Amino acid sequence: MPVTATRAHWHDPAATPRALLTLALLLVLWPGLQLTEFRPQILFNAQNREVMGRFLAGFWPPDTSAEFLLMLGRATLETLAMATAGLALALILAIPLSLIATRTLSISALFSGRPSRTGRLLRYPVRFVLIVLRSIPEIVWALLFVRAVGLGPTAGVLAIAITYSGMLGKVYAEIYESVDPQPARALLQSGSSRLAAFLYGVLPNAAQELTSYTLYRWECAVRASVIMGFVGAGGLGQMIDLSMRMFAGGEVVSILLTFLLLVLLADQISQQLRKRLA
Amino acid sequence: MSISLTGVGYTHPNGMRALSDINLSIAADEQVAIIGSSGAGKTTLLKLLATSLLSSSGDLQLLQHNPAQLGARALRQLRSRIGLIHQSPPLPPRQRVVTAVLAGRLGQWSLARACLSLCYPSDIEGARAELSRLDLAEKLFERCDQVSGGQQQRIGIARVLYQKPDIMLADEPVSAMDPVLAEHTLSILGSIARERGVPLIASLHAVELALKHFPRVIGLRAGEILFDKRADTISQQDLDALYLNTDLDDTADQYAAAANNSLRSRCL
Repeated sequence: MPVTATRAHWHDPAATPRALLTLALLLVLWPGLQLTEFRPQILFNAQNREVMGRFLAGFWPPDTSAEFLLMLGRATLETLAMATAGLALALILAIPLSLIATRTLSISALFSGRPSRTGRLLRYPVRFVLIVLRSIPEIVWALLFVRAVGLGPTAGVLAIAITYSGMLGKVYAEIYESVDPQPARALLQSGSSRLAAFLYGVLPNAAQELTSYTLYRWECAVRASVIMGFVGAGGLGQMIDLSMRMFAGGEVVSILLTFLLLVLLADQISQQLRKRLA
Repeated sequence: MSISLTGVGYTHPNGMRALSDINLSIAADEQVAIIGSSGAGKTTLLKLLATSLLSSSGDLQLLQHNPAQLGARALRQLRSRIGLIHQSPPLPPRQRVVTAVLAGRLGQWSLARACLSLCYPSDIEGARAELSRLDLAEKLFERCDQVSGGQQQRIGIARVLYQKPDIMLADEPVSAMDPVLAEHTLSILGSIARERGVPLIASLHAVELALKHFPRVIGLRAGEILFDKRADTISQQDLDALYLNTDLDDTADQYAAAANNSLRSRCL
């Protein structure tokens, strides 16, 4: 083996930085755990175990009375409607913003490989708007809107629309940038407009990921609309809040099971759509 | 003259000189092949002609316009009149062949027509006509990732044919095809260019193909035109001079200098 004889062993140059990075991550994690007073052994303390046990024992069997199920059905529909309407409004805002924010459709980048100064100056404010939109949690918006438009799902719809337009816009713009830019560039280079180049050059490659992310966000919106129910935005959340306050464990379990079904449903829809678009 | 270049040069942003002092004029009825070793500047020259790069010096006239002096709208209009066949066809894998071909005319269509055509292909007959000239009519409704590399390259050609440009450019248009198909495709390209009265400029690696299918051949070497002759007057000496390897060290030095430059600017 003359080759290995000249050099005793080869060393991977990436090994040391990787090891150091891992070590650094662990070092950062430790103060985090200290700061949050993370002590899992408290869970298994005899007294706490008994309290939790009593609470959970009240949860079974689930409440299946016709009257309650009817109420549950209506609240479920309300939650779904809140999530769907909120997401639809968010899309109206997110799609144009993402198209402005993405670098993929830069015509000036055709020449130099880098977008022009004016292009960048235009993109930064839009990115900033997207950051502002998503930096305030939807629950805060919901509290604000409950005061403005009163108790009920409208507040939830508006809160979801605002926060989710920020998240969708940011991730959409990044998805456009992650697909192969050559098709869109070739179209821009043969005189097509940006929007047409997007529709014919980027969308075919990005459609699957966009759909899957949007459906995942819809699933999150369903969960978020439940949480916002706690502050008076209606739907399943308001119901769970009331049932908990009345210590009606059976009702809580029924609602949680409905929840599970909703997420399963969202997952199934997502999988089917992805299969069709693949 | 469809195309005329006077003293055109191009220098990459990293300081590497790709083309210098190119003087050329090409009429509408000409078919021209550009040959030369890799790194000689063939692709850069085509990119200049396709307006995807702007020349650093000299005067470049395309269809009586200088792309460097045009505003955004006029430049878009000029671009829609120039068709470039890419070496690796820029087709989205999940797009259907019919849509990929129709995309050739996006520069001429209104946005409304472009959107409607995504819902239902607006000119199936037109796309089929171009594909059938390249023997691909039966692939009309298949997806671009379900056809072979050579077929994708021909779909890319069909798109440019459908664009009906006033200048046809081709960057290694037959590199993914077997020799028989390559000959066939080049002769079709040539006859379509003649029949439509538009110039065809193609860069080619295969010298025999260039000499056989193109009446005029330009030899590029280290960013300069070494010869620009009728194909039947090109001698073995011309070709030997074109592919002589004395310059290998030179280009290596140039690369090293460019790399050094970019390193230095990063440190500063």
